[in-house]
Amino acid sequence: MSDIRFTDQHEWVRVDGDIATIGITDYAQEQLGDVVYVELPDVGKTIEAGDEAAVVESVKAASEVYTPVSGEVIDVNSDIEATPAGVNEDAMGDGWFVKLRMSDPSELEKLMDENAYKEFVEGLH
Amino acid sequence: MRYLPLTETDRREMLGVIGAKSVDELFRDVPEHARLEGLVDLPRRQGEIEVERALAKMAAKNVSASSVPFFVGAGAYRHHVPAAVDHLIQRSEFLTSYTPYQPEITQGTLQYLFEFQTQVAMITGMDVANASMYDGSTGCGEAVLMAHRVTKRKKAVLSGTLHPQYAEVVKNLSDFAGYDLEIMPPALPGKVEDIAAHIADDTSCVVVQTPGFFGELVDLRPIAEAAHAKGALLIAVVPEFVSLGAVTPPGEMGADIVVGEGQSIGNGLNFGGPYVGLFATRQKFIRQMPGRLCGETVDADGKRGFVLTLSTREQHIRREKATSNICTNSGLCCLAFTIHMSLLGEEGYKRLARINHAAAVDLAERLAKVPGVEILNQAFFNEFTMRVSKPAADVVDALADRGVLGGVPASRLLPGAGLDDLLIVASTEINTDDDRAAYAAALEEVL
Amino acid sequence: MSGMNKQGRPTSIGGAIPVMHETFTGNRALQLEEALLFELDNPGACGVDLDEPAPFTARLGNFERQGRIGLPSVSEPEVVRHYVRLSAKNYSIDAGLYPLGSCTMKHNPRLNEKMARLPGIGDIHPLQPVKTVQGALELMDTLAHWLKELTGMPGVALSPKAGAHGELCGMMAIRAALIARGEDEARSRVLVPESAHGTNPATAALLGYKVDSIPATKEGRVDLEAFKAKLGPDVAAIMLTNPNTCGLFERDIIEIADAVHEAGAYFYCDGANFNAIVGRVRPGDLGIDAMHINLHKTFSTPHGGGGPGAGPVVFSEALVPFAPRPYVVHGPDGFRLVETAEDAKADGTTPFGRMTAFHGQMGMFVRALAYMMSHGSDGLRQVAEDAVLNANYVLASLKNDLSAPFEGPCMHEALFDDRFLKGTGVETLDFAKAMIDEGYHPMTMYFPLVVHGALLIEPTETESKQAIDLFIATLKDLARAAKSNDKERFTGAPYLSPRRRLDETAAARSPVLRWMPPAPKQAAE
Repeated sequence: MSDIRFTDQHEWVRVDGDIATIGITDYAQEQLGDVVYVELPDVGKTIEAGDEAAVVESVKAASEVYTPVSGEVIDVNSDIEATPAGVNEDAMGDGWFVKLRMSDPSELEKLMDENAYKEFVEGLH
Repeated sequence: MRYLPLTETDRREMLGVIGAKSVDELFRDVPEHARLEGLVDLPRRQGEIEVERALAKMAAKNVSASSVPFFVGAGAYRHHVPAAVDHLIQRSEFLTSYTPYQPEITQGTLQYLFEFQTQVAMITGMDVANASMYDGSTGCGEAVLMAHRVTKRKKAVLSGTLHPQYAEVVKNLSDFAGYDLEIMPPALPGKVEDIAAHIADDTSCVVVQTPGFFGELVDLRPIAEAAHAKGALLIAVVPEFVSLGAVTPPGEMGADIVVGEGQSIGNGLNFGGPYVGLFATRQKFIRQMPGRLCGETVDADGKRGFVLTLSTREQHIRREKATSNICTNSGLCCLAFTIHMSLLGEEGYKRLARINHAAAVDLAERLAKVPGVEILNQAFFNEFTMRVSKPAADVVDALADRGVLGGVPASRLLPGAGLDDLLIVASTEINTDDDRAAYAAALEEVL
Repeated sequence: MSGMNKQGRPTSIGGAIPVMHETFTGNRALQLEEALLFELDNPGACGVDLDEPAPFTARLGNFERQGRIGLPSVSEPEVVRHYVRLSAKNYSIDAGLYPLGSCTMKHNPRLNEKMARLPGIGDIHPLQPVKTVQGALELMDTLAHWLKELTGMPGVALSPKAGAHGELCGMMAIRAALIARGEDEARSRVLVPESAHGTNPATAALLGYKVDSIPATKEGRVDLEAFKAKLGPDVAAIMLTNPNTCGLFERDIIEIADAVHEAGAYFYCDGANFNAIVGRVRPGDLGIDAMHINLHKTFSTPHGGGGPGAGPVVFSEALVPFAPRPYVVHGPDGFRLVETAEDAKADGTTPFGRMTAFHGQMGMFVRALAYMMSHGSDGLRQVAEDAVLNANYVLASLKNDLSAPFEGPCMHEALFDDRFLKGTGVETLDFAKAMIDEGYHPMTMYFPLVVHGALLIEPTETESKQAIDLFIATLKDLARAAKSNDKERFTGAPYLSPRRRLDETAAARSPVLRWMPPAPKQAAE
């Protein structure tokens, strides 16, 4: 079963069993502009919900990517490390950042679903 | 006032457009009791003639290096600066331009920064260099902070070869930023400092200066090996940059970060500033570097051009998460460095270094013959330390009375360290045989 | 036969000008393309004549440098030409109005350059015997006196090397005072307005403080209520710029200072905008505890393409004892320097430490002092008045063409936002780049962050009315063009500069930070 959730900081989480894949939304990549650099955590590191999981940089801005859920980092997307443009090209898919093994799936309940996020973004204009 | 173009007529007309009766109205947001009604208690305006006279009078009370046999070093060195350097850096387009944030109309600055970065990287034997720091000492502090970021550790070990004021700058920064520091006792020439024994698993970096504060050249290779074995970085500090024309560069001896003072090339003594901090490192650490970086790119027409890059490390974007709070470089001093280095070229730079070394060797040989003098150094470049039979501070004073500026007493920077009889002496291409003979003669009189 | 003179040459300048005339060299008349220094390498050439030393026995141990460094060989005429050509690609204050808000790009008098080059100033060593540099110490002491009088503050540290270094120095003194009070642990928060320069939060963070942002009001000033709500026993200091980065004087500054002091915290003021009030307002009368002064802004030491600067810090009575070493004292035997911890102990002070090797930016001190002495107390007051007058004149003249987020009067700089560009397809950046084609350096853009698409204009006092009138007319014309759909003029701009817009994304994605020699050709098999 796959399910996607969003934060008000424009991160998304896709859940597959106890594995969460985290990235930034299409809206976020558009706001940032051309991504030039991505910094990813070490595999094996344990992070808590709200911690900095990664850093994404464009020419004019640098943003921290916070993890919405706690868990152990089991994989990072080294493709976007080598080719940061991948974040702009497919933010919601191949441009993912990290995969976590969740320690507390109940954290997902606080996040927005697709419709709620859509409304949230529209409200920003 | 000659620098203020507005006339009374202009001011009246402009106030009319603004719709204000007087300029006082424009200051109405200032709380009333803080508005100064009269003038501050300082002299009134003066013409060029008066200002020049007053400042020239102060200047005349100083003994300038060019007026006497001069042998003072210890972190700032008197070298010849070709006339073209000072002429070029005074061109309006260099002197009165801002930081090159608008690359379309500041390619001049950007290109020389790119050339500067390349020269510094080549000379230090490192991969990359930044567009400079304030000076060597502050660059040294920044290097330690960078090592902490890279290694995610928080303890630095400072060698006793490090200039005591550099060590103080690092200590100040470390104390306030909450980092740990071990400062080794002054490392006198003739004894090998066992710094490797002080590198532990929690050591972030070791900071070693070569030529050291007392002039002795340091073999960085075993130190680099020891540091790397524990996962620590080696920061090499080079305050006399002319030395690298003759001496193996730190990059070839395993240094991870090289910090230099670039004053020696193209820049005058200026009583301590402005100088130019050189900062070079390995490619893999570039995103952890402090300071401005200039990079190559192309413009909309596909022509080669240069821009400031990787600025997301910097404070104006990253704010409290920046790698440093530094907001400036030493622009014009880098330019002076780059022009002088361009004039020197490979051959000129190496020859300049040889001349310096020859000058210092000659001086050491002459002074060694003076009774009451012992030269401590084994391997040195253009500076060495001698033990004298009287307090070095008194010797320097007495030499000054005889018209020779003979060096720096170690006790001036390291009081209470039992080094009162040590005198640090430099000789560069500026000194003639006669200067060195005059020094030897005066010293003989004094001792 | 109109248009012909007696030699039969056409004198008319009519006729179609070919669009984008390509040249063989890539040069365009006085705009000359220039290779990198490394590409000028001409082995055998040299720009200096130095004689090889007589044979001697080297004492370099086993540290003799081996192999080539890779530095190019170039003669003096070629080096001079190279850098002259590069210089021609730069905008400068000497060539035109430089309206960068928050940067105070004013005229740099050449007398100051001349004074800095006196041998008794430029050619003295920081560690010469003190008795041989009495004039230099007198100069530093005189500068300190001027800075203290102008700010109404009792102490000053001259050594910081630049504005941000001065901020660091000021905040270190505050921290030292808190340590001395035994409150260092308890006070971990620093309040910084949203509109602050990036250096403020970076400085506070460097010292381990938690940065807490204060919102701005609709009038572009500190929200007093929000600020007071954030004050507490864990606050170490507030860092406030005044006049602020919106070009406005913080009306409530005295109330802010009182509240800060009541809460047991200190008031750091970013003095970047001192030019607006010099000679008219003394920060000491506003309750400020520490403030850095950018000598390269208010006191006109040249910006030099990004430095060197100088950032002396003035201190209130409460912080003076903690000011760093070195400092100059005047005793019966003349001037002396308090350099080491031992010296300070003997002098009865408790400096927090040392910011830099040696004594600070002497070369900047002499320039700033020459500037101050030239103006005098009366001229400096006039500086502030004319700077504020020029900025208000710009604001009043352009507020109907551009859009101003806040009511005037402003201080030394006029802030606009991008509402006037709404629906034009032109953004702040495009508008600024089009100014380049008109012969102007753009104003500060996208700063402060508190208004959308900010355009911050600081004309300074050294612009004539005539120069400002032309500048205003130019911006009016650009605003008109933007609003009348002349988008091309903006989105592709600049067209006429030595380089057009540069690809910053490519530069950041794969950084090329140095020249590399071309790879050696493959050896023949």
